[in-house]
Amino acid sequence: MASSYLLPHAQHAPHAHPTASSQPRQHHWSPYTENGGVILGIAGKDYVIIAGDTRSSEGYNINTRTARKIFQLGSGIILGVVGMSADGEELARKVARKIDDYKRNHDKHITVSAAAVMLSRTLYQKRFFPYYCQPLLGGLDENGVGAIYTYDYVGSFEREQSRAFGSAAALITPFLDNQINLKNQFVPGSNGEEPRTPGDMPRDLVEKIVKDAFSSAVERQIEVGDGLQMVTVTRAPPRAEEEEATVEDDDEWTGSTISETLSPLKQD
Amino acid sequence: MGGFDFSNHTRNAALMASGMPAPKATSTGTTIVGCLFDGGVVIAADTRATSGSVVADKNCEKLHYISPHIWCAGAGTAADTEFTTAIISSNLELHALSTGRKPRVVTCMTMLKQHLFKYQGHIGAYLVVAGCDPTGSHLYTVHAHGSTDRLPYVTMGSGSLAAMSVFETQWKKGIDRDGAVKLCSDAILAGIFNDLGSGSNVDVCVITPEKATLMRNYLTPNVRAPKELKYKFEKGTTAVLQEKLISKDELRRYITVTEVDAEGETTLTTDVMQVDA
Repeated sequence: MASSYLLPHAQHAPHAHPTASSQPRQHHWSPYTENGGVILGIAGKDYVIIAGDTRSSEGYNINTRTARKIFQLGSGIILGVVGMSADGEELARKVARKIDDYKRNHDKHITVSAAAVMLSRTLYQKRFFPYYCQPLLGGLDENGVGAIYTYDYVGSFEREQSRAFGSAAALITPFLDNQINLKNQFVPGSNGEEPRTPGDMPRDLVEKIVKDAFSSAVERQIEVGDGLQMVTVTRAPPRAEEEEATVEDDDEWTGSTISETLSPLKQD
Repeated sequence: MGGFDFSNHTRNAALMASGMPAPKATSTGTTIVGCLFDGGVVIAADTRATSGSVVADKNCEKLHYISPHIWCAGAGTAADTEFTTAIISSNLELHALSTGRKPRVVTCMTMLKQHLFKYQGHIGAYLVVAGCDPTGSHLYTVHAHGSTDRLPYVTMGSGSLAAMSVFETQWKKGIDRDGAVKLCSDAILAGIFNDLGSGSNVDVCVITPEKATLMRNYLTPNVRAPKELKYKFEKGTTAVLQEKLISKDELRRYITVTEVDAEGETTLTTDVMQVDA
């Protein structure tokens, strides 16, 4: 019998198309991708650093070696994002637009603390279709002190001194605990009585720690590499009074200076 | 009796059904290649071993010895490539001894494919087999399910597409030894830089009827970048909670000394170890 060669289900319905089943079929849609990479933010006494690698990948493939993850949002505020790069870029554009709107509506620059709340609201608005990314917001607060605000992807946030997000966060966080927050360390000679306190670290030293954190992460995390983008916010030098009166773009003066550097990382 | 031990299978299946994930094996998410040339064959590999997206070993060896004139490059589950090549190396040696002939590359390839087919792909070994024997120079690929190919140039592993792009643009008929070594190492470099599963260094093995030459770390294009700072902790940074000095004489009380005479008879000369004094 020829039909004995057919599979059991085909015997019952030999003319049915294999996909035309009476069973309900679930369509699933996966709009999210993970693009790897890592970002790191450190707040100092009068500066903020947010750094990130410039690799963007999908699975074992590199999409680009020159993707910037840190964005300048205007009004002296910067934002680092890891996760899905498309959502990160969209979030940065949206928040930059809101920061610009704020300036136009109120004729003043938004403070970092206000921008931090605004970013939280922006994330929570998409509570049931979230942005697939972890943001780090940075800037100088009302007193000119460095501030880092860290978020989860639905808007829970907190101000912190230092934070790493992304695929090498587990590698960098303990290094930060040790080198920035000086955890479980004592003042030599105090016989374990006086813990070392994290004080104001000079910016150039912190920049070196950041570079070392990345050159180490590159060694052990395949999604991290290619380049290091480091964005720093510092206090702008004070202006002379006459300059203040005559300066044309006074609206643009935020009191902070933002500088960006790019340096190479290993490419394998 | 040889073979695998399946006694934990039912327990592990139940564990997995209840939501416990299986432990992750080290994989050589790899680039491996091979190329025949006039008078021999070259194989090459990168040296990165990964566990998920973490680099497990930055300089592992993926070029395995099979017999004096047969070498094998392995991709896939690290343990499987290692043990499969080792067992076939052993059996091929016995085969050579019993026949009194030098082992052939086809024999090796056939033993590998029969071993792998038997396990229906559960042994995750993806191999490039190369060597010279009295019938000439040979190059094969063997997949985990048991299929094989015989080609003038081959690539395998997660970086196989990057590596094959080099072969397909640069390979020419009648390539010489130096050309084959350059082509293979360039193909591995393509994998190292364009495939995240591959990285670090290039290992090359050149096999001719006379000898096999393993060039371990033939290229090292990914040397660790120097650090900006020194990370030395000042003495006293770690609190000393308790200090206790044990002199050399006192030390005898903490250990067991066993004298072994020429016949292997043991005699206990001190009391049993004291855990705490």
